[in-house]
Amino acid sequence: MKSPVFFLVWIVVAAIVFAFGLYLKNDYFFFAGYTVLQYVVLATGWNILGGYTGYVNFGSAAFFAMGAYASVVMHKVAPLPVPLLIIIGGIVSGLVGLGMGYLTLRLRGAFFAIATLALAVVLQTLIVNWDFVGGSRGAYIIRPNTLDIAGLQIPYIEYLFALMLILAVCALTVARIVERSRLGFGFATIRDDEVAAEACGVPTLRLKLMATTLSGALMGMAGAPFPYYIGYLQPSSAFGLEYAVNSIAMPMIGGTTSWVGPLIGAIVLGTLQQVATVTISSAVNLLIVGLLLTGFVIIAPNGILGLIHKFRGQSDADKVGRRVIRETP
Amino acid sequence: MGNSLTLSGVHAGYGAVHVLHDVSMTVPSGETAVLLGTNGNGKTTLIRCILGMIRPTAGTLTAEIDGQTHNLIGMTTEEIVNLGIGIVPEGRRLFPRLSVEENLLLGAFRPKARQELKRNLDFCYECFPRLAERKSQLAGSMSGGEQQMVALGRALMTAPKILLVDEPSVGLAPILVSRTIDKIKELKDSYQLTVLMAEQNFNQAIRIADRGYVIVHGKIAYSGESAADLNNNDLIKKFYLGL
Repeated sequence: MKSPVFFLVWIVVAAIVFAFGLYLKNDYFFFAGYTVLQYVVLATGWNILGGYTGYVNFGSAAFFAMGAYASVVMHKVAPLPVPLLIIIGGIVSGLVGLGMGYLTLRLRGAFFAIATLALAVVLQTLIVNWDFVGGSRGAYIIRPNTLDIAGLQIPYIEYLFALMLILAVCALTVARIVERSRLGFGFATIRDDEVAAEACGVPTLRLKLMATTLSGALMGMAGAPFPYYIGYLQPSSAFGLEYAVNSIAMPMIGGTTSWVGPLIGAIVLGTLQQVATVTISSAVNLLIVGLLLTGFVIIAPNGILGLIHKFRGQSDADKVGRRVIRETP
Repeated sequence: MGNSLTLSGVHAGYGAVHVLHDVSMTVPSGETAVLLGTNGNGKTTLIRCILGMIRPTAGTLTAEIDGQTHNLIGMTTEEIVNLGIGIVPEGRRLFPRLSVEENLLLGAFRPKARQELKRNLDFCYECFPRLAERKSQLAGSMSGGEQQMVALGRALMTAPKILLVDEPSVGLAPILVSRTIDKIKELKDSYQLTVLMAEQNFNQAIRIADRGYVIVHGKIAYSGESAADLNNNDLIKKFYLGL
């Protein structure tokens, strides 16, 4: 399937999901759905660096929060429509990703992971001490109840939900394009054996910088509309542990070698968490993630995708970049 | 047109550990130079230096490619590979989960190599008919000797003028070692390569050597300008074999 076709198909799917929400006439569907979709974008972004390139990033929350705080700053300086804020959030977090890449990508394995964790702590400290965005007190963003589009009064949450749907489709399309391109092929070689990749002439540092930037930008975009969704943003919620943990756990549970993995992981885990929040308590969320992650690491280390391949008798061989090489000669 | 490699007064190491001391050597165009030394004397460090993976603390490192001289110090690995310096890394370092053909195609990642992809691939299969038979097999499931062929083939896919081979004998049965060494000689002749090979196996390596250097504790202890020189030298026996 060509990428534009893929994009259109998923836009249609997104429209159906949205129509289903309207049919339910239940605001909660949009509130919960927004969170799940936000995780789809976050997990897809994480996977470009973590899954395709093999660099485990523990600082996802920082990228998410940078996107969210970029919106807070813009809200105070010059309020813009949310789609523009998403782009700004993406740029800000993309730059943070690029900077992080320059600082840390000479580190490998666990050392890289630790550095990303430290980055999150540093950025959180900066935000806590920055009065303009509310410091540790947090910032209020009073959003209108409805949005006036062409004379129609659309509830604001439906508007945010629709934006997130489109963003999720965009993120999936980007991930799929990367996965099937020469770029994805380069990423996969870095993950498998970086020294060998260099010996073949793969420009590893440049590719890694592209991966951190792209990954950071997507995670920032996921965070940009967040202040409008939550209404009150404070550092401890924007930098919350659940973002870092979920954005790793979701691709792991779904499968890291394809764009489908993070999508499946985010829908399964995200939905489960929403259900648990309503039926049990919101504190049980991380417990669910932990248990599932442990279970999957033991039973299905290649995630749900790996399980599916196993049952269909296919090898677990990963798909990233392989299509390109076969078509090259 | 010449493709040669010249190191002069190279010092290098890892952080505080000083590995190479004042290493000078030349690999003249069209020759095979062997770098002899036992474990831990700096062979791989030297190769890494040439490839820009380690930056020397002193000295000069130049390569002549098609008659043009390039200063390798300060260049990134991919730029050096793109110049036309191919590497068969120590321990082969294939991508085990990719097929043989995919591993080979990977060698042609750089723009320059991509242009001649088809020709180089055909050449690889011609040199290594075994690989043509096993195109779609996963590289990780092949035997050591076959993997070494893939690694050699992958280096050829970068369309190199100068080929660096780091310890081709690692993990191979003696008979395969001698076959691999023969193959390197054959490739050099049919592809007009300039070869620098780091190797521990003295007897095998000097069979194809036009000149040789013995490296001991990061210093060039002996340099032999011809194959005969290497064969009949008591110093080599002393330095290398400890006799």
